[in-house]
Parts: sequence; structure tokens; C-alpha cells
Amino acid sequence: MDEFITIVISRYNYWAYVILMMIGMYAMITKNNLVKKIIGMNIFQTAIILFYISVAAKKGGTIPIISHGHNGGDHAVHAMDFINPLPHVLMLTAIVVSVATLGVALALAIKIYRQYGTLEEDEINAQLRETPQ
Amino acid sequence: MKIIGFIIVLLCGSLLIYGTIDFPGFGDPDAPASTYLSPRYVENTMAETSVPNIVTAVLADYRGYDTMFETTVVFSAAIACFFLLRVFKRRENDEVRHYRHIPTGITLRIEKGGKIPEESADFQRIDSEWVPHDMIVNTTSRLIIPFIQLFALYVIAHGHHSPGGGFQGGVILGAAFILFAVSRNLRASIRRMGEKVSAILCAAGVFLYAGTGFLCYLLGGNFLDYSALTGILGVDPVTAHSHGILIVEIGVGISVMAAMIWIYYNLSSVGKHDEGL
Repeated sequence: MDEFITIVISRYNYWAYVILMMIGMYAMITKNNLVKKIIGMNIFQTAIILFYISVAAKKGGTIPIISHGHNGGDHAVHAMDFINPLPHVLMLTAIVVSVATLGVALALAIKIYRQYGTLEEDEINAQLRETPQ
Repeated sequence: MKIIGFIIVLLCGSLLIYGTIDFPGFGDPDAPASTYLSPRYVENTMAETSVPNIVTAVLADYRGYDTMFETTVVFSAAIACFFLLRVFKRRENDEVRHYRHIPTGITLRIEKGGKIPEESADFQRIDSEWVPHDMIVNTTSRLIIPFIQLFALYVIAHGHHSPGGGFQGGVILGAAFILFAVSRNLRASIRRMGEKVSAILCAAGVFLYAGTGFLCYLLGGNFLDYSALTGILGVDPVTAHSHGILIVEIGVGISVMAAMIWIYYNLSSVGKHDEGL
């Protein structure tokens, strides 16, 4: 039992992101409305971004900016004192790219709405079946 | 369908949770992710690039290729929105328009094919879903937008020493312009910064980034190896890295700003660039 509790305490962050990811995935699979699917996709992306950021964390580490100024560069830099900068770099670009791809997704949704007059998936499918290929 | 989806999601989630049992604990300094490559970045960044913000140095220098193509992705997304949505009007008067006569306050509705009043101070074009001028929103955004833009420039320029950089600053600059478009109307915003300008700026940012890389190449270094810029900038190789990062970040900022504005124009007016939010 004690072992289980240590596992829970040291890994609750991953579980939170798994739950967030499940919410996004559920929306992507089951929702009928395309905009709700896009929202689900964004929740999924947020879960991945949070996961990467939490991987970067170090106990006792500070943000990866080396203090500087007068005589600031004299002391040695220890990797233990700073959190891992690499996931931050990856996610920084991923956030902006996710906004841009969200724009493309919404543009496609607008295009579909113009063509079919609805954003409900089953109604679009019904219209597609009616019109012969 | 809902039940099948729920079962798939539950299966996926429980597999992932089972996988996390082997993961290092939260904030573990000895986690594999922070023991191999990242200590090298943390310990050598100051000596190699003289940039205190390690995230900026890794973004624009060590992983310069990655960031270059991320910027290209943002550019392609803006282009994709343009090609998907943009429609060009054939005639001036093929839709209903609304004008307000300012001295009398009368609103005119001009049907398709009707005669449009000439550009003058008396007539003001208004959106069909027009709400009366909201003085509070207008005045507040007029006061706030210059400071947002100044802050964005600070975020770009100070990215070496504090959290910030081209991506963040570019998005803030874009947001300032979108706030202007929301508080006035889309046409006023397009008059300030047209579609052509945003398209050219969007491409120019990517060009500035890739061009810096090629310039390094032409001067005898590797692609995006900023120490080759020593001769042009007149500084030592370490400071040349710092300056090269700034040039590249400015390119990213311009590109991201223009992409955000362009995507907003296309999405909010459904490609007509006429009446929008």
C-alpha cells in the first residue's frame, strides 16, 4: 500500500495529462459537430504540451536563464540548478504552430459549412450518400 | 458509437497510465530526459553564444533548423487559409450595403446594383450587423494598443535576457492588430495593413531567417552557423552568435505577426475581406 501511494504521489502529474488527453480524444471520436472535434483536438494538444513541460521540471531547479550582470558570469553553472530547457524550446514552437493549424482547421470547417450548410457529421454523410458519385 | 468511443478512450488511457509506472517521478533531477543532452546546453550556452536565456539559444542556434521549418509551417498555414477561403469580388455593387449619413444619423440600405455614395466625410460605410459605436471599447483599445505593441517589441528584443523571443512577441503584435480590428471594424484594419502587406511580411520573415542561414553558408561557415557573420558584424564569434540569434528572432516575429493577422482577416470575413467581426 505504501508503495502504491509513493507511485501516486510521484506520478500524479502524468495521470492528470492522461485524463486531459482522454477528454480530447473522446471529443474527437464521438462528437458529431466538427467544431467540437476541433476543440477536442486542441485539448489533446494541450495535454501533450503540459506533459512535455512537466518532463522538464527538476526539484530545486529554477528557470533556464543564467543570472548575469556585474560579476554574474564568474560563478560556474551547474546543470542541476536549472530545469531542462529542451522541452520548453520544443513546446514554444508547438504552441504557435498549433494556433496556426487551428486556423487552417477552422478554415476547412467554414469551407465545409459553405458546401453542405451544416457542420453536423451525420447530416454531411447523409448528403454525401444522396448525391451519386 | 459513444460506447465504442468511450471504451477505446478508456483502453488507451489505462495503457498510458500503466506505462507511467516506469516513468521517473515528477521533478526527478536524474530523469533520463534531463541527464544526457540538456546539461551540455545549460553549461556551455553562456560560453558559446553569450546568451543568458538558454531557451532562446537552443531555439535559434542549436536547433536552428527546427525553428526555421516551424516558421515555415506557420507561413504555410497562413497560405493554406488564404487558398481555402479567399474569394475575390467581381463587381463593386453585387451585394447589399449599409451606409450611415453622419450629419443626420440616417442609415441607408443600398440594394444589389444600387448606386453607392461617393467617398466623403458625410457617408460612413457600416457593417450589416452593425452595433452603434461603443465609445468605451474604442477609447480603451486606442489607449492600450500602443502599449501592447511596445511590449511585443520588448519581448522580441529582450528575448536574450528574459523570457521571450520571436514567437511570443510576434503573437502579441498580431493580437494588438486583431484587437484594433475587433474594436473598430475589419475594413479600418485592412486600410492600415492590407492583405498584400501581410502576405509579403509573412514571406519576408521566413526569407530573413533562411537568408541569414545562407549568408553564413556563403561566408564559409555551415548553414545557420552564426560565427561566420563575424566579418560583417565586426564582433568576436561568440557575440556574433548572439547577434545572429537576434536577427533570426526578428524574422520569426515578423512572420508570425503577419501570419496571425492574415489568418484572422480570412477567417473573420470568410475570405471576403469586407465585413467581418
